[in-house]
Amino acid sequence: MRSMAYIQLNNQLPGITGLLENRPDTGDPIRALTQILLRGPNTLTELERELIATLVSYKNQCRFCTSAHAATVIALGGSAELLNQVYNDLDNAAVSDKMKALLVIAGKVQQLGTAVTPENVAAAKAQGASDKEIHDTVLIAALFCLYNRYVDGLGTYRPEDPAYYEKLASRLITVGYTRPREGITVTGEASFH
Amino acid sequence: MAHINLHNDLPGIRGLMEYSPETARPLNDLAEALLRADNSLSRGERELIATYVSSLNDCFFCQNVHGAIAGHYLNCDIPAIDAVKQDYLSAPLSAKMKALLGIAALVQKGGKQVTTAAITAATEAGATEKEIHDTVLIAAAFCMYNRYVDGMATWAPQNRQFYVDRAPQRAAEGYADYDLHK
Repeated sequence: MRSMAYIQLNNQLPGITGLLENRPDTGDPIRALTQILLRGPNTLTELERELIATLVSYKNQCRFCTSAHAATVIALGGSAELLNQVYNDLDNAAVSDKMKALLVIAGKVQQLGTAVTPENVAAAKAQGASDKEIHDTVLIAALFCLYNRYVDGLGTYRPEDPAYYEKLASRLITVGYTRPREGITVTGEASFH
Repeated sequence: MAHINLHNDLPGIRGLMEYSPETARPLNDLAEALLRADNSLSRGERELIATYVSSLNDCFFCQNVHGAIAGHYLNCDIPAIDAVKQDYLSAPLSAKMKALLGIAALVQKGGKQVTTAAITAATEAGATEKEIHDTVLIAAAFCMYNRYVDGMATWAPQNRQFYVDRAPQRAAEGYADYDLHK
């Protein structure tokens, strides 16, 4: 028996997908922002940007978002080991020094905006991070502080089956974050409820 | 000084929006949908939720912008808005608004902090499911906006009257289509 979200949705889709489908008035700008930040032209790779999203979701203890973006990281060529390093041992993680510095900034943003210090930013710049990369890191981290609270604050349903997250990751890689023209249900994600 | 060169001297999120117009568009569209579109919560009530969350996140710019706009809509002065931030349970607000501000405060701490008891309390005070949804998403959205504004170390006018003076214009122009330089 699935647990119910705190409010009645117009669909049976899990996690954020159900919320975005339920309210296109707010869902569409959230999707558009995510598409630009995570899939738009950028000197940070999609894998690097998904790592930022995953780390913030992990720190916010949002199991749905962490599972979804971890699966996306892995589908983009990352690994469970890489994720474990980023969560628990960033200094020794198999990412560039620039990414380590950007992930430190993302972790600060997760705490609070004012937690980001000039030293954190200077360290990222010293490793070659551009102004836009720093900007996008801060905004991706901030966006996931929205997502994680939205998903858990309304008590949405989280599938346990890893196959759900593999399907979701596949859509996030091939279609991206904009709504599929045919709707979500064609991907088979709706069967996980 | 902001953490990066924004190539403009606009304060707070306006400087960021001038720097990054592509992301500004959906950020503004979301604010318009949440704070200004038709809703059984008044614009003043929704701005109050935004103000309260911004104060909990210690974001000076956002709490003063939205506090002044809330005061404009609710026809109250800044000390009255400050009183809500300090102790909303003692403020002259409806039981429903107090329950919704309680949910917003939980969202600010973390999504998992929201309990079925908090939802039930809001429902029993007359809140609809849409009002509960919008409260959660306004609170979550300001956990984003506040982090964006402070995470980039944007500057903010320190004179609080600055925000009060601009509130009527900000309320009239809305978030979706306005001139960043006016």
